[in-house]
Amino acid sequence: MMRKVAIIGVAQTKFEREKKAEGFPDLVFDVSRRALEGAGISSSELQQTITCSQDFYDGRTISNFAVSDACASYMKPESKVAMDSSMAVFYALARILSGAYDNGLVVTHCKMSQGQPNLIYNAIFDPIYQRHLGLDAHSCHAFQARAYMNRYGISPEQCAGVSVKNHANALKNPYAQEGRTLTVKDVIASPMLADPIHTLDAMPVSDGACALVLAEEHTAKRLTKNPVWIKGIGSFMDAYYLGERDLTEPSALIKAAQKAYAMAGIQDPAREIDVAEITEYYSYQELLWAEGLGLCGRGEGGVMIDEGTSAMTGSMPVNPSGGVLAGNPYTVAGLVRVVEAYLQLIGGAEERQIDGARTALAHGVTGPCGQSHCVMVLSTQ
Amino acid sequence: MGRNVAIVGTGQTHHKAKRDDVNIVELIHEAVVRCLEDAEISIDHVDAVLIGNMEHFEGINLSDMWASDVSGARGRFGMKITTGGSTGTSLSLAAYYHVASGLFDTVMCIGWQKQSEGDTTAGLISATDPVWERASFAGAFGTFAAAAVQFMKEYGLSEEHAAKVAVKNRQNGLRNPYAHLKLDITVNDVLNSRMLAYPIRMLDMCPASEGACAMIFTCEEKAKRMTNRPAWVAAAETRHDSPFIGDVPMFMDLRTLRAASAAAYKKAGITNPLKELDVIELYEPVSWAELSFLDSLWLCERGKIRELIDKGATTMEGELPVNPSGGVLCTNPIGATAMCRVAEAAIQIRGQGDKRQVPNVRTALATGYGGNWWSDVMILKSSL
Repeated sequence: MMRKVAIIGVAQTKFEREKKAEGFPDLVFDVSRRALEGAGISSSELQQTITCSQDFYDGRTISNFAVSDACASYMKPESKVAMDSSMAVFYALARILSGAYDNGLVVTHCKMSQGQPNLIYNAIFDPIYQRHLGLDAHSCHAFQARAYMNRYGISPEQCAGVSVKNHANALKNPYAQEGRTLTVKDVIASPMLADPIHTLDAMPVSDGACALVLAEEHTAKRLTKNPVWIKGIGSFMDAYYLGERDLTEPSALIKAAQKAYAMAGIQDPAREIDVAEITEYYSYQELLWAEGLGLCGRGEGGVMIDEGTSAMTGSMPVNPSGGVLAGNPYTVAGLVRVVEAYLQLIGGAEERQIDGARTALAHGVTGPCGQSHCVMVLSTQ
Repeated sequence: MGRNVAIVGTGQTHHKAKRDDVNIVELIHEAVVRCLEDAEISIDHVDAVLIGNMEHFEGINLSDMWASDVSGARGRFGMKITTGGSTGTSLSLAAYYHVASGLFDTVMCIGWQKQSEGDTTAGLISATDPVWERASFAGAFGTFAAAAVQFMKEYGLSEEHAAKVAVKNRQNGLRNPYAHLKLDITVNDVLNSRMLAYPIRMLDMCPASEGACAMIFTCEEKAKRMTNRPAWVAAAETRHDSPFIGDVPMFMDLRTLRAASAAAYKKAGITNPLKELDVIELYEPVSWAELSFLDSLWLCERGKIRELIDKGATTMEGELPVNPSGGVLCTNPIGATAMCRVAEAAIQIRGQGDKRQVPNVRTALATGYGGNWWSDVMILKSSL
């Protein structure tokens, strides 16, 4: 990379099923103010902002219209990425690397409670051939879950194990929506949404916001003793039509990870990465994405659960925050992963801290069945 | 400290009110193919694809995903950026930053819109605050009309000044093969056209078009290999604002454009824009906006734009031609509209304007306007 860029401040709201009292600007103002204060950057010193929201979830065209004053971007070069918020970090980083700006705020919001998530998800699909088949998030991901489970003999219990682990981790995360003590039986007994996905295998409806401040090396070192450096980043997009992809082969993720690892000089991710925050809208995804990220071998996602590798106490802890299964809305989910990875690296993750974490991975997803992935390697060095 | 970046290819579709010969992805494909042909490269040379539209206008969520097969994003880096009317310039600037950053060498950006597949005004209404603004300032006419009245009164302009802009841009559009409206009209025609919202008449207003635009940005080393006519990016600036409608003087002084253009001139070493710019491609959603936005571009003393118009300075033969393409008044595929401004500016620098070419263009300025009185500015030059 042409410059070194660090994360120097973060903030997230408590995630809740329905934030009745707060509108989009309230949420965005709250996290922007706290992230900037934490970074030691005043609103007049802030040079640029990338917001991230989706018009469909907000029910508003030009959804950044509603929030640009709430994120200190009055008369500033703000722009909006309409994907998962991990991609907003990518764009803010690119702007700093270009030399145009020395710092930047990334902020994202979503209130899934205000719309009908399944209808909104249905609007992703081709209006000519696919939409009227009734595809939504649950049904399209059920195809992928079933294909993956069939190919590698992954059991429903192993998928349920992800849900049990992440809901338990969330008990230690004050921002998480749904910290719960569950058993594999509870997950399997929860109502079936789309075979093989049970209610507790799926992310809940969630409202909230998240923000992060980036700065180039000199600014970062001046403002904090604990900068967390973005060492590598990669993103790729796959084919759109589900039938044109082998859904068990997350090729965009594999390429994104290879790119990020090459930039960061990572050769053996399972050994060199201390903690991973992975965007799993569904329990099976944590396993499939972990394979794509090279955190375990192909087809060995289930073994991570059986052997406890991905548990807080395991050798490759995944989602100590509780992940998306414990409640983060679409769009916001990826930035929360980056923020949680940052907290692990500065030793600020409190009860969910992985001791001695030096290198962390954060991952975000956009589109059905992981059409687009973004992978980041963060480090204290 | 970033890398030097140039535009080495542009491609636009033919625009119409309804392109019923193509669906959305076919429309995008048309611009992409034309852009790659212009750059004389294959998609294999493109590292990243940035795309955007206004998704409520067609009712497609995550439209970048559907488009990935034809945009070239499949198997590459793909990003979606949307900021309303300024989407096209937001994408152009993003393409510039992504190349300048060193993360990618060659980036394609694409803007598009297919308005006949939805209801633009219904989509646009939802942009405003549901409690305070939506009932009074819905859609485009109301805000533009209020601002135009204010502008006319404050700066002593008449409806004829706006009509002259409407005629100039329509006459220019007759020479642009990609323009949507081809109207051979006079000032009288404009003044006698149907009133939409005083003082805005039918012929003062931009159309609703369908179309797409694509551009290739690349780094210095590759630009020099790809073409002997690159359009170098000399400056790129954005300013976003967040006024509640009625809080600010609006049209009379587009403060975001004033701030963005001042910063861009400084970066590009321009001290007298009227003399140093050779052509402007301006985002003018309504005839009145061209008057007001040119005023905000520091081309005259504040409030004196009528003097430039009375002199004919902005015509094809004038001192500083504005919108040789015909501008937004001829062609308005919303997600692509602002990108067409940058593409047309690049076409002028690259000497590809054919019948709409302004002679000897060395410095060109393009603007984008959208969202909540937001502005983007890009300055292109023929040499580094």
